[in-house]
Amino acid sequence: MDHLLPYIPLLPLAGFLILAFAGRRLPGTVIAIIGAGSICASAAITLVLAVRFLQSPPDGGAYTQHVWQWISIGKLSVPFSLSLDALSLVFVFIITFVGALIHIYSVAFMRKDRDYARFFASMNLFVCAMLILVMADNLLLMYLGWEGVGLCSYLLIGFWYETPANSRAANKAFYITRIGDTAMAIGLFLLFKELETLNISEILSQSPAHFANDSNNITWIALLLLAGGMGKSAQLPFQTWLPDAMAGPSPVSALIHAATMVTAGVYLVARMHTVFELSPVAMTATAVVGALTLLVAGCTAVVQTDIKRILAYSTISQIGYMFLALGVGAWSAAIFHFFTHAFFKALLFLAAGVVIESLHHEHNIFKMGGLKNKMPVVFSCFLAGAAALAALPLVTAGFFSKDQILWYAWSAANGNVLLWIVALAGAFITAFYSTRLMLVVFWGEMKTQISEYPSRLMTVPLIVLAILSIVGGFIEWPHNLLHITLFSDHLQQVLPETSLKADLPPEIIFQVIAVLATFSAIWLGYYLYIKKTDLVHNWKQTPGNNAIIQFFYSGWGFDQLYHTLFVSPFLYITRINKADVIDQLYHGIARANVSMNRVLSVSQNGSLRWYVVGVLIGILFIITLQLIV
Amino acid sequence: MSFNPNTALIVASILLVLGLIGVLTRKNIIFMLLSVEIMLNAAGLAFVAAGAKWQQADGQVMFLFILAMAAAEVSVGLALVLQIYHQHKTLDVEELTELRDEHVNM
Amino acid sequence: MILAWMICILLTAGLFCWLFAQWNPVIAKWIALLSVTINFVLMGQLCMEHYSTLSNPDPWFINYQVPWIPSFGISFHIAMDGLSAVLVLLSFFLGILAVLCSWNEINKRTGFYYFNLLWTLAGITGVFIAMDLFLFYFFWEVMLVPMYFLIGIWGDSNRSYASYKFFIFTQTGGLLMLLAILALYFIHGHQSGTYSFDYFSLLGTNLETTAARGIMWGFLIAFIIKLPVVPFHSWLPDAHSEAPTAGSLILAGLLLKTGAYGIIRFVLGLFPEAAADIAWWMMLLGVIGIIYGAFLAYAQTDLKRLIAYTSVSHMGFVLLGIFAFNQMAMQGVVMQMLAHGISTGALFAMAGMLKERLHTRDIGQMGGLWTVMPSMGGAAMLFTMASLGLPVLGNFIAEFLILIGAFPAAPAITIIATLGLVFSALYSLRLMQKVFLGPVTIAEPVKDASARELIIMAALGISIIALGLYPQPVIDMVRTVVERAVNSS
Repeated sequence: MDHLLPYIPLLPLAGFLILAFAGRRLPGTVIAIIGAGSICASAAITLVLAVRFLQSPPDGGAYTQHVWQWISIGKLSVPFSLSLDALSLVFVFIITFVGALIHIYSVAFMRKDRDYARFFASMNLFVCAMLILVMADNLLLMYLGWEGVGLCSYLLIGFWYETPANSRAANKAFYITRIGDTAMAIGLFLLFKELETLNISEILSQSPAHFANDSNNITWIALLLLAGGMGKSAQLPFQTWLPDAMAGPSPVSALIHAATMVTAGVYLVARMHTVFELSPVAMTATAVVGALTLLVAGCTAVVQTDIKRILAYSTISQIGYMFLALGVGAWSAAIFHFFTHAFFKALLFLAAGVVIESLHHEHNIFKMGGLKNKMPVVFSCFLAGAAALAALPLVTAGFFSKDQILWYAWSAANGNVLLWIVALAGAFITAFYSTRLMLVVFWGEMKTQISEYPSRLMTVPLIVLAILSIVGGFIEWPHNLLHITLFSDHLQQVLPETSLKADLPPEIIFQVIAVLATFSAIWLGYYLYIKKTDLVHNWKQTPGNNAIIQFFYSGWGFDQLYHTLFVSPFLYITRINKADVIDQLYHGIARANVSMNRVLSVSQNGSLRWYVVGVLIGILFIITLQLIV
Repeated sequence: MSFNPNTALIVASILLVLGLIGVLTRKNIIFMLLSVEIMLNAAGLAFVAAGAKWQQADGQVMFLFILAMAAAEVSVGLALVLQIYHQHKTLDVEELTELRDEHVNM
Repeated sequence: MILAWMICILLTAGLFCWLFAQWNPVIAKWIALLSVTINFVLMGQLCMEHYSTLSNPDPWFINYQVPWIPSFGISFHIAMDGLSAVLVLLSFFLGILAVLCSWNEINKRTGFYYFNLLWTLAGITGVFIAMDLFLFYFFWEVMLVPMYFLIGIWGDSNRSYASYKFFIFTQTGGLLMLLAILALYFIHGHQSGTYSFDYFSLLGTNLETTAARGIMWGFLIAFIIKLPVVPFHSWLPDAHSEAPTAGSLILAGLLLKTGAYGIIRFVLGLFPEAAADIAWWMMLLGVIGIIYGAFLAYAQTDLKRLIAYTSVSHMGFVLLGIFAFNQMAMQGVVMQMLAHGISTGALFAMAGMLKERLHTRDIGQMGGLWTVMPSMGGAAMLFTMASLGLPVLGNFIAEFLILIGAFPAAPAITIIATLGLVFSALYSLRLMQKVFLGPVTIAEPVKDASARELIIMAALGISIIALGLYPQPVIDMVRTVVERAVNSS
């Protein structure tokens, strides 16, 4: 089976190459077939491999395929080889399947766009890079995928590049993730200096012994890798690029900025779990970053009015949950949340795309409304997604994954009550803004007329994702209910089991509290946005409250802060030094020469007799010298 | 008749100074050229005198060289003077300041 | 012998270009193209042969020596090892593209133009293979003077300023090098009794610490002016931006590499201890160059000037890597020389193509060009990505190897150098955004890349991707050279 591995990323790559070089001359249908078909084929191969994998796990827990030797210098040996183990299988599955659904959706969504081929080329390249990222068996190859997805994200955020704001957003995304990437690169250097290998399984097996007495270096390595993950996954303090990244087309937001690329950080941390486990500081840092992010982004999502920005902040917040879970050592819970989140968040973005398209590209949710009966299919899909996001108990996938994280935030060995409270508050906020989004967009009166209805190609992926958002969680049930653990059993081939504290209160208490929080948030949303709509309106009237809203609305002022701290000084320095101060030094030398020349050129006045006198004086001078000396 | 090299050298010096004064005071290029010739001949005379003093033929050989060179030089010089006159319609050196340095700017 | 023929081909073809262009300028173009292509093919064949006999422990697979001025110990000694081979191959490759770039751009004094182009190439080739210090200096001048004419005659509006500046900077360094060569020659002659300029005999010279340091600085300053290293970089933006397209391509792609080559071959070879003493300072200079060049590049509004400053930044990596004295870093330096030659050459070629169409280099007047020329936009995207060090492309391999190699030697410096990756993203994306993205600003319609231009871009693009995905042949070719250079100190 191993030989099939390279084809998973290769097919999207082939799609990219064909579309990039011949795309402008191909008819739309062919472009769509190549673009979406390549991903579907990858998904089919993945399915074959996954079935085989689940039936009989391979020796050593992974399929590996050495494609070619990439670099080999002395001790540094980096092969181009792919490997598929239980963890990457989950990611490959999500990338290809959700990717395929999103590509099918895009076939209809982007139909009228002039750059149809460019869109699919970039999307295919993205899928290829993302697959390499998760299938890489060494960190350098992973870094290749890592930067590759960054490039595709840049290309696709700025897809409609003629609007300057879009390409600015694309640049911002690239810059900020590049900062994280750089940290990660430094982490790789340090790791290589210590272990002299970049192979992931070697790192994982060697580091416990190597770093037994050296907590300092391993902490640095883990923190640097974490910084890389935080950049890609838009965690505090690198979160500011993701909301702006919504400038890209909706399928892009669904695929890259919700389901796959932004969870690369989660993958990285989970992949390097041994390294993190060796450093308690890094584990705590991961958990704290996740907790802070989920709270900050959640609060921001509550006050946003742009439908895609609400979803963007919600994505940041949900990834915060994943980081929190990673930080407390609940490895499989984090990946499980990634798994369910991919379904429901992709669904929400795609459905939002449909809504936006139908309403003359209107993004403001307060100019929508009343779509419940006009677009029943989209409504029910959106409802499934929002319910999963809000973690409606037992009937949605989001509940099962989030419940696990809440439980482990307290009960895992690294967990504590503070993390749990933050996570619970986050759950409340999430449920609240999901309700608000749902109610404002689909209930009430219609404020904008529907201009077009989605085609079958767009609704079918929505329905599939909606079903997955509901049933996707059933493969893993809480310990006290049913106790189905298919997902975590699968992952525990790679990731360690979560160790629990002793003497814990019964799990059911936490579940009841979480459920109560969810329901009260839904009720609050209902009360504020259906029953007593003037309450919010009146509350906003006082300047103090308005300032709070503005503060949250601007994403806690991070953009402003970075602008004053980094952007302005940088621009100032580059502006004043445009002419290069060092060059002025050479200009000074040149000017000194010129002025000396001015002085001396007085003597070259063109008068022949003056010269003769000069010669005479010279001769006399020499003769005098001869006589004296 | 005894030959006194000192006398010859004094004559040569006088010739040289005369020529030099000519070069310095004359404004006309032709006269300056003449003065230069006088200076050359002063040098030639000094060579001959020196050759006579040390009883060496070198001095006379050098004078022959100077003679040939002076002939060549005069022909070139006069040709240049003609050209100058053609182009500038004057032989006054005070007006011939073409080679004055104009300030170079970077 | 074949190496001497290569140089002869270039020199005579240059003369023929000059002569025949009086009659018909088109012939000059074809002669130039043909001669460089022949050389490229010959060189390619040589490399293949060498690649198949890599196990040979002697790195010098060609060594040709005839006396030139025996009384002074000067001989026409040329030799080639893996490092020279890849650089000479790069020279001919970029040489072909330089000829193609000038195809329509040069309309006045075509013959003399190609004469200068080919002679510069010959000089560069000679620099890479000369193993006699006198001969090396000779070729060093041969590549300088025609380049001066290329900038001074066919350059842009401010060409005379740029060409003077280029000449003065390079010549100052060259004269210091000449002094150093002579000093070394006399010290060696005094010690051994045989006066010789030959590189291999000079290798064994026993120098006192102070003498070695002084002589090394003579060489080093010449090379770091050429590289260039901050604070000697300021000739570069002027020369690059005023030179004709092919001139910029050769300057950035090849002339800068002669500096790096010189440091590896001569400074490290002849003065290993003295070089090791100043390693930390040189690495610091390299890092200053990386950051300072990037800051300047970000500020520029002139397209070619912007690209020129990116060279300053990229060459900082070269200096950092050389003085890390580490096998990986040194391999990275060789990769960086190749990859930078290709990627920056491509960016300059692109700038030339844009200037032919828009008659400006001001990026303020460009914008939205992707819409009107999608092929060019795609190529530009590829090469800006190369310039910011995206994996898959050769520059990434180079920068990664340099950094991972330099990290154990000087962690703090390397960390700052790694931050250069962020700044490279800043200027590269700004370039892309200002020129190709945003709303369309130009009024008159412009054509997308022609077939000739596409060939240039494709050749450069394929080679940069090949370097990024399969760098191993290059690594193997220079392995013995690199090991020697690193182990000597």
